[in-house]
Amino acid sequence: MSILIDEKTKVIVQGITGKEGAFHTSKMLEYGTRVVAGVTPGKGGLKSEQGLPIFNTVRDAVSETGANAGVIFVPPRFAADAILEACDAGLDLVVCISEGIPTQDMIKVKYIVDQSKTRLIGPNCPGIISPGKSKIGIMPGFIHKEGSVGIVSRSGTLTYEAVYQVTQLGLGQSACVGIGGDPIIGTTFIDLLPLFEEDEQTEAVILIGEIGGTDEEEAAEYIKANFSKPVVAFIAGSTAPSGRRMGHAGAIIAGGKGTAQEKIAVLKSAGISVAENPAVIGTTLIEILR
Amino acid sequence: MKIHEYQAKNILKEFNVPMPQGMVAFSKEEALKVAESTGYPCVIKAQIHAGGRGKGGGVKVVSSVAEASAAIDRIFGNPLITAQTGPLGKTVNRLLIEEAVDIRRELYVGIVIDRKSALPVIMASTEGGVEIEEVAKHTPEKIFKEYAIPGFGMQDFQFNRLVYELELAGDTAKKGKIFLQSLYNVFRRTDASLVEINPLVITAKGEIIALDAKITFDDNALFRHPELQELRDYSEEEPSEIEASKYKLNYIRLDGNVGCMVNGAGLAMATMDIIKYYGGEPANFLDVGGIASSETVANGFRILLSDPNVKVVLINIFGGIVRCDRVAAGIVEALKSMDIKIPVVVRLEGTNAEEAGKILAESILDFKIARNFQEAAQMAVAAVKF
Repeated sequence: MSILIDEKTKVIVQGITGKEGAFHTSKMLEYGTRVVAGVTPGKGGLKSEQGLPIFNTVRDAVSETGANAGVIFVPPRFAADAILEACDAGLDLVVCISEGIPTQDMIKVKYIVDQSKTRLIGPNCPGIISPGKSKIGIMPGFIHKEGSVGIVSRSGTLTYEAVYQVTQLGLGQSACVGIGGDPIIGTTFIDLLPLFEEDEQTEAVILIGEIGGTDEEEAAEYIKANFSKPVVAFIAGSTAPSGRRMGHAGAIIAGGKGTAQEKIAVLKSAGISVAENPAVIGTTLIEILR
Repeated sequence: MKIHEYQAKNILKEFNVPMPQGMVAFSKEEALKVAESTGYPCVIKAQIHAGGRGKGGGVKVVSSVAEASAAIDRIFGNPLITAQTGPLGKTVNRLLIEEAVDIRRELYVGIVIDRKSALPVIMASTEGGVEIEEVAKHTPEKIFKEYAIPGFGMQDFQFNRLVYELELAGDTAKKGKIFLQSLYNVFRRTDASLVEINPLVITAKGEIIALDAKITFDDNALFRHPELQELRDYSEEEPSEIEASKYKLNYIRLDGNVGCMVNGAGLAMATMDIIKYYGGEPANFLDVGGIASSETVANGFRILLSDPNVKVVLINIFGGIVRCDRVAAGIVEALKSMDIKIPVVVRLEGTNAEEAGKILAESILDFKIARNFQEAAQMAVAAVKF
């Protein structure tokens, strides 16, 4: 078992001929992901450097290959439309890696995607991996190990850090999902927690949040009421100044709201263990599993 | 991107939002001329990218040429310290001079994107002229909200509701509705992340006007608004942050003395946090992105060292796709040509970390190599203390 993806998931790559898209398509194939086609408007009929068929539209790619998932590597000004196209073509899962999509474009995307059967991960995220089975995204595969810990995070490299700690401690991961650092994202913590709850492989969850918004607070509430497995959280940005965007568009303390301190307090009051610093996320998990 | 009040008002004017007559001045002489032609009483308003200007002494009502001259002399060219500027304040290089207004009521209206619902929301309040955060804390029942209808935007009845909640009546209510509609159009068409009028004023004659104006734009949408990009005032920004943005580095200067260079925003924030956890103070946020090449490392170092407070540099790179040995070679290459007099703590983890350690150890440069995240932070903090 795993969540959202497994070895059978058939993936198309929007933006397969771009530098990033090409590079990560090769990495995904090396990892064992079933990438079946690419989409680049105007290059339909050609083959990608990995030898995959390229289509002009997502609809064509889906009808020819039976793909059920997609990953987007197109420049931010075209990315919102790319998500909508993937959604319209009926993909079950779309992972948008692109960073820098205008927020008002995402309002539209979020509204349309939420009405559809498509699940959007991201944008501005590293993607999702089910270790040993498949990865759709840009995370380094080799730091992962198949196991029992689910990881969900708003960050990229900080997730790798947590994954690495978990692997070093001899545990592995059931699935790791980077949900993205933007203010409006397709899938939040509370969308994924029920999947981890149901998943037999997942025995515990690491939740990595950061300043800005209230997703962590909602997650705390959800966990308290509905989640039976152990959870360790870490919130980045305790030292972040107010009113500044800390790299991620969504990582901002606005009007005194969305501070790390506030989030940590809410998580703790919901009975969730919060790692004291980012170097002890793994060991904090080991402690509560004992 | 932030802009000045007078720039925000120029945009509002294009959307027919009513406001006091006014004009911006870029020198003392010009300011006095504008005051004379505006007539007295008029208001001298310092233009800086920070709130709390009134309380900080940056807004003055003057009723004679002598008063105007004195106010201009005191404000222009000098730092203005407000609750939002930090202890050094911000130098005032622009003044907005406006006609004084006979105020009957002060209201509030702000438009932002509500993250939870992923929708634009208009917030209006009968309590204007004070910080809206304070109103939200003490009298939340005095804030009225309307969320755009998903997929279709803000509707007529919603503007109506707000108008009546603001206790506007008759002709003022009609004007109020148009005012709110225009403001919403500004928000939508400029890809704003914030449009805020505080206070929104009802004059003695029943006119409704924007006495103050604040607009912030979504940086990610600026590519489709070249005319708005021109409004950026570089003098309002930290020079080292402007320099960093030229190299596509994400740098935010802070007050501490432990400089840090990290790949990825989340890990960069976490690195700041762990420095603080072990008793140090981070000097900055610096995300060098996924590819930490020798060029990005060199540029990053120059920017870090431009801050004289920095007493130690901590490099924390998690090598994923980017290999640690390449990063290490990049660091050695970059620092060879630089004269670095402070300790450099390096922690490289992930792909080819061992090889990276060898490269650093064998170089002629004196790196302090940390074996893990925790040790790196402890070493950096210790280097500052002793």
